[in-house]
Amino acid sequence: MYSYSDFDEDFVRSRVAQFTAQVERRLDGSLTEEEFRPLRLMNGLYLQLHAYMLRIAIPYGTLSPRQMRQLALIADTWDKGYGHFTTRQNIQFNWPVLTDVPAILGALADVEMHAIQTSGNCVRNVTADHFAGAAADEIEDPRPYAELLRQWSTDHPEFQFLPRKFKIAITGAPNDRAVTRAHDIGLRMHKNAKGEPGFEVMIGGGLGRTPMVGRTVRDFLPLGDLLPYVEAVLSVYNTLGRRDNKYKARIKITVHETGLDEMRTMIETRFAEVRPLFAGNDQALLHDIRAAFAPPAFRNAPIDAYHAFYKADPAFRAWADTNLAQHRNDQYAIVTVSIKAHGETPGDATSNQMRVLADLAETFGHSDLRISHEQNVILPHVHKSDLPAVHAALVQAGLGTANVGLLSDIIACPGMDYCALATARSIPIAQEIALRFKELDLEHEVGPMKIKISGCINACGHHHVGHIGILGLDRAGVENYQITLGGDGTETAAIGEKMGPGFAYDQVVPAIERLVNTYLGLRHEASETFLMAVRRVGLDPFKTALYGSEGTQDAA
Amino acid sequence: MSRLFVPKVVTANRLREGDVVYQTADNRWTPFHHEAELLGDEAHAQLRLLHAAAQKLIIVGAYLADAKAGPNGPEPTHFREEFRTRGPSNYNHGKQADFAN
Repeated sequence: MYSYSDFDEDFVRSRVAQFTAQVERRLDGSLTEEEFRPLRLMNGLYLQLHAYMLRIAIPYGTLSPRQMRQLALIADTWDKGYGHFTTRQNIQFNWPVLTDVPAILGALADVEMHAIQTSGNCVRNVTADHFAGAAADEIEDPRPYAELLRQWSTDHPEFQFLPRKFKIAITGAPNDRAVTRAHDIGLRMHKNAKGEPGFEVMIGGGLGRTPMVGRTVRDFLPLGDLLPYVEAVLSVYNTLGRRDNKYKARIKITVHETGLDEMRTMIETRFAEVRPLFAGNDQALLHDIRAAFAPPAFRNAPIDAYHAFYKADPAFRAWADTNLAQHRNDQYAIVTVSIKAHGETPGDATSNQMRVLADLAETFGHSDLRISHEQNVILPHVHKSDLPAVHAALVQAGLGTANVGLLSDIIACPGMDYCALATARSIPIAQEIALRFKELDLEHEVGPMKIKISGCINACGHHHVGHIGILGLDRAGVENYQITLGGDGTETAAIGEKMGPGFAYDQVVPAIERLVNTYLGLRHEASETFLMAVRRVGLDPFKTALYGSEGTQDAA
Repeated sequence: MSRLFVPKVVTANRLREGDVVYQTADNRWTPFHHEAELLGDEAHAQLRLLHAAAQKLIIVGAYLADAKAGPNGPEPTHFREEFRTRGPSNYNHGKQADFAN
């Protein structure tokens, strides 16, 4: 894993010292709130509904056990004993007090972490496939490129005041697990006719108020051109992007208003200017970074015990069937630890659970941990013979839920339980859906299903790309939930379609149940997933299920 | 024609702790909505908001929130303000825990 250079270390430490002084100056009145606010946001500190919230970056979703333990320590020392993993591969603490934040940032710096650029109109945490370096379908580990982008974008003088925030996601595999088409820049590695790897560059994807699927601006970018090309994209956006209207400031609007072809011409022109300025230092740096992401020394050992246990233990089998993914090494598995126990808050891990995960990663997982945009934790390298022991330890810690990819593996933003921007709650909706389908014991029967819930139009809960998306709104002073269907966050990305009038808070679970029952009634066979069925039959049967044949039932 | 003024309370978050507070008639900041000063007159409400906003070392983000009179004092009228009086719904944290007794 990448370790900070002296430069990184000095930079992060100096930021902590600066922010410590800024807090002191705020408290003694030398800084007004108007002056202080942008400074705290630059360091990931928000003021939310009930308290401050600190958002900490987990670059490309990768954590070491030592870092995970430090997050647990922060949760216990300065927060309420838990942390919330987000769809941006960040962790948020919901209850810090202002005067403790400098100490928290110091504790983060001790383990090479920070909260810089987790807010503001800058390049945010670069996210990556959470199976990077482990997935069987991967061409190359994308994280060295993500780290290169992180170093390049951190405190980049030209890109600190962009028209709006800027999100980059990267994957090294054909199966897109990083929702690259819903990012300002999405990078998908693939091979050209000569068999050389390069990136498909997509721009202008994004959810929020105006959801758009990213469009390909360059089919094949040689790996060595990554930084100058991304710099060219940002530079064109920085010039063209609208600063007159916050809601039209993202690059997706720039692409829409300028036209993809013209954007491409401008980007290529700028690229031609910028490319010669990259004289090879970036490639030398990339070379060094790559060494830090060398694969672990995989163990060569029998896996008979795994197969025997799989046959003998139904609980283990159910978990293995849903929570394991294929590793590039046949003796290994990728373990997704569900942070979605039925009835619990999606993405919340207690400090004790964080320590258990750190211990497991150290003992059985080559000291590697990942956070997925789906708010789960991944042990990317577990030898199959160790899986029974890993599963047993997870179950003991309340982390053994066998539901990854199923109906109760729900993404939910913090919603109006925490967020100052929210228009309705998300978390209790997720909790109630999960509990209801556990009660019905139906989710394994239903199979692959992605429900995603956002508590406002900004779509942190990715509802537009949920097979079932739920958006919480404020309709005349009452929580109201709009349902979309047919969204898809993978390589076949699609924005879900609105079904009709929204539902009252207590009508959401019954509505979801009707959608699921309709699917079960019309699917050809169990292998036809919910999304496949929606694509085959269209929305009408589901609309009827929601609103009756009149189309008005339950309308709010 | 002037619209009917909906009564208000002045609310904000404490600068150090970040928790929700309300301005009382005797110029305190209380964690309890029912202790807030209910402002029935628009001009007076604006003056009280100015008074609050000037307390820059105590509170952040003061604003006027709709409220109504209740048996024990002012009550919120919107669900957002109701949530702010107690805390999140997924854990017993915030005011609902801090002032359980």
